[in-house]
Amino acid sequence: MAVISAEATRPAKAPARPRKSRTLLVLNIVSIVAGLAIWWGLSLAGFQFPTPAEVLASAWTMIGNGTLVADTGASLGRVLAGFALGSVAAILVGFLMGWYTIARGLFEPWIQFFRTIPPLAMLPLVLVLMGIGESPKIFVIFLAAFLACVISTYQGVVNVDRTLLNAARVLGARDGTIFARVVVPASTPFILVGMRVGLGSAWGTLVAAELLAAQAGLGHRMQSAQLYYDLPTIFVGIITIGVLGLIMDRLLMLAGNKLTAWQESR
Amino acid sequence: MTTPKISVRDVTKVFPVGKEDFVALGGVSLDIADNEFVTVVGPSGCGKSTLLNILAGLEEPTGGTALVDGKPVSGPGPERGVIFQQYALFPWLTVRENVEFGMRTAKVPKQERRRRAEHFIRLVGLEQFADALPKTLSGGMKQRCAIARAYAVNPSILLMDEPFGALDALTRVKLQEQLLSTWSQDRRTVMFITHDVDEAVFLANRVVVMAARPGRIADVIDVDLPYPRDEELRLSPEFGDLRNRVWHSVYHQQVKEPAQ
Repeated sequence: MAVISAEATRPAKAPARPRKSRTLLVLNIVSIVAGLAIWWGLSLAGFQFPTPAEVLASAWTMIGNGTLVADTGASLGRVLAGFALGSVAAILVGFLMGWYTIARGLFEPWIQFFRTIPPLAMLPLVLVLMGIGESPKIFVIFLAAFLACVISTYQGVVNVDRTLLNAARVLGARDGTIFARVVVPASTPFILVGMRVGLGSAWGTLVAAELLAAQAGLGHRMQSAQLYYDLPTIFVGIITIGVLGLIMDRLLMLAGNKLTAWQESR
Repeated sequence: MTTPKISVRDVTKVFPVGKEDFVALGGVSLDIADNEFVTVVGPSGCGKSTLLNILAGLEEPTGGTALVDGKPVSGPGPERGVIFQQYALFPWLTVRENVEFGMRTAKVPKQERRRRAEHFIRLVGLEQFADALPKTLSGGMKQRCAIARAYAVNPSILLMDEPFGALDALTRVKLQEQLLSTWSQDRRTVMFITHDVDEAVFLANRVVVMAARPGRIADVIDVDLPYPRDEELRLSPEFGDLRNRVWHSVYHQQVKEPAQ
């Protein structure tokens, strides 16, 4: 994860040092190959790991019989539903809190309180109240995404440069226009940061929720593989989760770079 | 003299600072005639920006009245354009979109908006950068864009708050000349805040010198040098005399006030 965030904070448009980025890429590849080699070496040396080949074979079977696709679909569906709902709610509440003192006063204590509770800690309660269908999982993911994103959105609205607000006012803009044409674009970078954190949080919560209570999904697959001592399947699950998380994060980052290309270099 | 364009009558502004009150303006009166170019110069804390913000309608006076065209100021209005030191361009909009911002809020039809934006972008010499984002512009270009944006809503008054304060000396001098040439092509009433004595004398019909603690007008000096003004003027003895007078007026008040 450390590598990802370091690259993410680098300005997107900095082709200034192609040599340096090439060196980094080479080092990345070397590191990955070395890691795989060590893994392979350890499993051949009698460590309990399956070899990469065994994991690949297991993945192939799981693709062949459709379980991997079905599990991935189930997990992605949950995370996207929860994440989408959570982000929309967070943006709405964040804007309300930033714009209206009343909303801030009413929402803030609850958000601050629930922020200190890991969303997973709500799972037992949610399971009792909402049963064991899809809704409790989606709700917990929603909570994770919402709490990660709402404070960031609120900060974005509060931090809008006063001079920009004044500039809009002296150009004749009223509250509605100022909100739509100054506050929303100015807080977009904050919202996107919140959404990225929210996505990471949602993804982590999802897998853990599935480990505890699900009939399908990557977490569930790993949980049942554990009972049969099926290490290759567990490895397939872990790798799939990592790759999907990385892809989603990158997609969000790309969208964010497009939307905030106007920012002075960060 | 007819009704002054801007009339400030006994305006006071008090900010509570902790338990004490900070008197930013302690009874300021000032008249500015139509199409006059007035510069206000003074040390920091003399309330010159506060005075401008009150005229802009961004702050309310604690006491007294600020009149524009004989009517008390209440809130900002498109007849008063403001130019800020920090440029305050909307970074997500291009130069053209920034210039069009005020016209969009005024619901000027698209064609007309385009045409007027083109005109003012050309007036400040940014036609090659019309579609550029502010982040790609230099400080001087940003401020020219801000000037075009203020002009585009057709204000009769321009309130400029140390607009060239953040620029290097050479850019500043060039922008001063450009502002004067823009202003002589398209006259407006200007109140221009600065802490640069040279700038104050070079631009103005009249220099208002302010003093701090409490913020007040210390001196008003007429600058009866003809427009157009150019670089030569800065070297003339008349200019030197006026600069010395203004400088004297600004400098000596500070010596008298050890607290500053």
